[in-house]
Amino acid sequence: MALVIGVPREVFPGERRVATVPEVVTKLVKQGFRVVVEQGAGQAAQIGDEGYRSAGAQIVADRASLWAQADLVFKVRAPDATEIALLREGGALVSFIWPAQNPELLQQLAARKATVIAMDSVPRISRAQKLDALSSMANIGGYRAVIEAAHAFGRFFTGSITAAGKVPPARVFVIGAGVAGLAAIGAASGLGAVVRANDTRPEVADQIKSLGGEFVPVDYVEEGSGVGGYAKVMSEGFQKAQREVFAREAAGADIIITTALIPGKPAPKLITEAMVQSMKEGSVIVDMAAEQGGNCELTVPGESVVRHGVTIIGYTDLPSRLAKQASTLYATNLLRLVEDLVKTKSIDGDALRIDMNDEVLRGATVIDRGSVTWPPPAPKLSAAPPAAAKAAAPPPPPKAHGAPSGPMAGTRAAVIFGIGALLFLIIGRYAPPSFLAHFTVFVLGCFVGYMVVWNVKPALHTPLMSVTNAVSSIIAIGALVQLAPDLTKISTDLARPNEWIRWLSVAAIALVAINMFGGFAVTQRMLQMFRK
Amino acid sequence: MTASFVTVAYLGATILFILCLGGLSNQETSRRGNLYGIVGMTIAVLATVFGPQVMTAGLPYIIGAMLVGAVIGMYAARVVQMTQMPELVALMHSLVGLAAVLVGYANFIDPAVTVGLTPAENTIHEIEMYVGVLIGAITFSGSLIAFGKLAGKIGGKPMLLPARHWLNLAGLIAVIWFGYRFVAAHGVAEAMLPMLVMTVIALLFGVHMVMAIGGADMPVVVSMLNSYSGWAAAATGFMLSNDLLIVVGALVGSSGAILSYIMCNAMNRNFVSVIAGGFGSDGGAPKAAGGSAAPEGEVTPISAVETAEMLKEAKEVIIVPGYGMAVAQAQHTVHDITQALRERGVNVRFGIHPVAGRMPGHMNVLLAEAKVPYDIVFEMDELNEDFPNADVAMVIGANDIVNPAAQEDPTSPIAGMPVLEVWKAKHSIVMKRSMASGYAGVDNPLFYKDNNRMLFGDAKKMLDEVLVALKA
Repeated sequence: MALVIGVPREVFPGERRVATVPEVVTKLVKQGFRVVVEQGAGQAAQIGDEGYRSAGAQIVADRASLWAQADLVFKVRAPDATEIALLREGGALVSFIWPAQNPELLQQLAARKATVIAMDSVPRISRAQKLDALSSMANIGGYRAVIEAAHAFGRFFTGSITAAGKVPPARVFVIGAGVAGLAAIGAASGLGAVVRANDTRPEVADQIKSLGGEFVPVDYVEEGSGVGGYAKVMSEGFQKAQREVFAREAAGADIIITTALIPGKPAPKLITEAMVQSMKEGSVIVDMAAEQGGNCELTVPGESVVRHGVTIIGYTDLPSRLAKQASTLYATNLLRLVEDLVKTKSIDGDALRIDMNDEVLRGATVIDRGSVTWPPPAPKLSAAPPAAAKAAAPPPPPKAHGAPSGPMAGTRAAVIFGIGALLFLIIGRYAPPSFLAHFTVFVLGCFVGYMVVWNVKPALHTPLMSVTNAVSSIIAIGALVQLAPDLTKISTDLARPNEWIRWLSVAAIALVAINMFGGFAVTQRMLQMFRK
Repeated sequence: MTASFVTVAYLGATILFILCLGGLSNQETSRRGNLYGIVGMTIAVLATVFGPQVMTAGLPYIIGAMLVGAVIGMYAARVVQMTQMPELVALMHSLVGLAAVLVGYANFIDPAVTVGLTPAENTIHEIEMYVGVLIGAITFSGSLIAFGKLAGKIGGKPMLLPARHWLNLAGLIAVIWFGYRFVAAHGVAEAMLPMLVMTVIALLFGVHMVMAIGGADMPVVVSMLNSYSGWAAAATGFMLSNDLLIVVGALVGSSGAILSYIMCNAMNRNFVSVIAGGFGSDGGAPKAAGGSAAPEGEVTPISAVETAEMLKEAKEVIIVPGYGMAVAQAQHTVHDITQALRERGVNVRFGIHPVAGRMPGHMNVLLAEAKVPYDIVFEMDELNEDFPNADVAMVIGANDIVNPAAQEDPTSPIAGMPVLEVWKAKHSIVMKRSMASGYAGVDNPLFYKDNNRMLFGDAKKMLDEVLVALKA
């Protein structure tokens, strides 16, 4: 019997998202699942029942019967009391849970002997990125924050010069360059604003730049990266330096978007009332941390308020305001989760037995058949801490071709020169002058070769070898001069084995001629091939 | 032609040879450089033949020998496949080595050359002769073995005899001892035995040295033998008191030495350890070291059609070819794919690791043969920073040169070796026949990375399928 996946309509007031979309339904059905969707589940996200039906889902009007027949329920928001009551005894649920904030919810679900996978508890390791719904939602939230800001802001984002006068570009300051912050930077600079951004983790500077923002550093040396790619609480001295930077930026900014969160802690208060006062009238602050108390002192969670002439938006449902997009991404994350469940054999027929040896599934599963398994054992680090990066031996700096390798260490150079001098001294002392002349030529030849060959492009190393090989057939000269020398000048009483010498030389010439002609010919052939 | 005229001609030839090597500094001037080499060689040979040192009686022999060699050489140059270049070059090195040996022996049995030499000069001449034959013989046998290994006639695995370092040392001592006997001997007949014994030892030494070196260290060996053939020519020059030979030998010798140095650097290995043979030669258990950190994660295979889809959607593609491309003769298909992608507006570039393939610059020659324009072929240093911008990095038959362990795992046998950072691309595709580890016997964590896909199968066959899918 096939496992039944049930997707109810979200009941939380104002929630527009839905846990699956028709494209994903098609794929689930293809994998052998039965999908049951509550009537009107996708309405708020502009997805009609017909879409689900044609994708192969069964539409059920009755909530209770949907919950009753589903082996596995897909939801977005954590279930409320009525939904918990509807959940089948021993059933399974996938949704956002926030177990740290909702311990009672965990107990109630455990009492139903349920198996619960919390999408917010998926470990942040690279393998689990494909099912990281938090990132998907943060991405959408960041984009929507810019759209909300643009809506509340009374001016263009792009600067331009029109017949009716000059329009300065909007100045946007983004605090926190996590997934949401980066999405906001990308969206704002896409609209043409001048974007500046700050983050306690200096390594994100490049990411900010790549999205068109400018990194605003805090001039205070402290490493801000915590476990799992999140930021950590900073020292007092850092916070002071940070406040000064923010005060300066706030005064110049038209729009501030704050995304600073620290796991398990209330959001840090970064924008003070004084900073809000310093902003121009008509400016906008979007506080994406509103749900955790807000980064701005004046934020009212869930509402948009005007204080000191500045609109402060504290909506806590930004992803839901882009319901169709959010639903599609969330549904895809769930699809990846199902694929992982199938791959680890956690789904067997219509039974669900989570493979608790799998690091990702173990982390995400907060209740396994009635027993609370949250919090999971500490995850292995995903983002390697900087210390480890330093431990890895840095590769030696690549030597530039075309330039002789850099200066040697002093002592080593001294030793080499010492040995060289000694060698030259010995040769000078004992060798006859005729040898010295050749020796001079030899040493100079080596140096010329050294200088010339460093200039050869690595791409031409093979032709270089074949041409030097051809050139070394100059050894033919050695055979030529011995083949038929002028013997008249030499006294005839020497027993010279003429025939031997001649045939040795002939053999040598023939061998070398192969090289000479073949080497140059093949080099020519190769060089002809190189073209632009 | 007078002796002075010959000397001037030699000087001209020397300059032309230097210009010849200098011309290879870039592709535009390289063809002219080769021409300089040909002209220089012609001048040197003609000046010698028509100079005072060669009697007209020798002309028929010279012309005959030259003709035979020329025919064979031109034929070989015409039929050789570009994938076989390393073999051809190795074989040609052996010819130079053998010629040096023959010239040395001819000089040795010729009593006329020592007439009028002082005792000190005579001793030096004998040492020059001895050394010339020694280097020539090592070059000859070493190159022959290298040829056999490259052509697949001899297995690529390093042959590691027990106590091989001691064998080499014993050989060296014997060579020095017989050298002493050789210099001390009076007359050719008495010196012949030490000379013959030394030649045999040198030949065996050459065989042993190259047998102990594994397949992927071949770039070092081929460039080292290239260097030796130069030194052999220089030694012959000393023996004959011929400055042209000395200069050219020195040029070639230092060129080969620099190439060996570059290759060793590219593998982050010490020249001595390469020549001493084997990989991680201490204890002979290279795999144990690599096994310490078994990569975790899973391998995700991909089909040729999916590969084509990924390539189509990409804007920036970097292709990293390796020896596998040469083996599969896939360079022409690679070119066709490149062209198809470029027509779609995809920016395709090639990243070449210095030791990719079996000789320095091997990949460049193969790509050039397939008509890939050289201005989209880049060196590792030029391109490594661009991987984060690449949408797809495609690795064709390479392994160790793209192994992230070289940077991430200090205990890895290849730690510190410069590598192409394909894993920084948004996606990487590795084409490989199987999951077998590379030459270094090190598992490759790249294969297990989340953004990596494996396209298993013969490179040529798979790429053909990719091409069909691309054009569909």
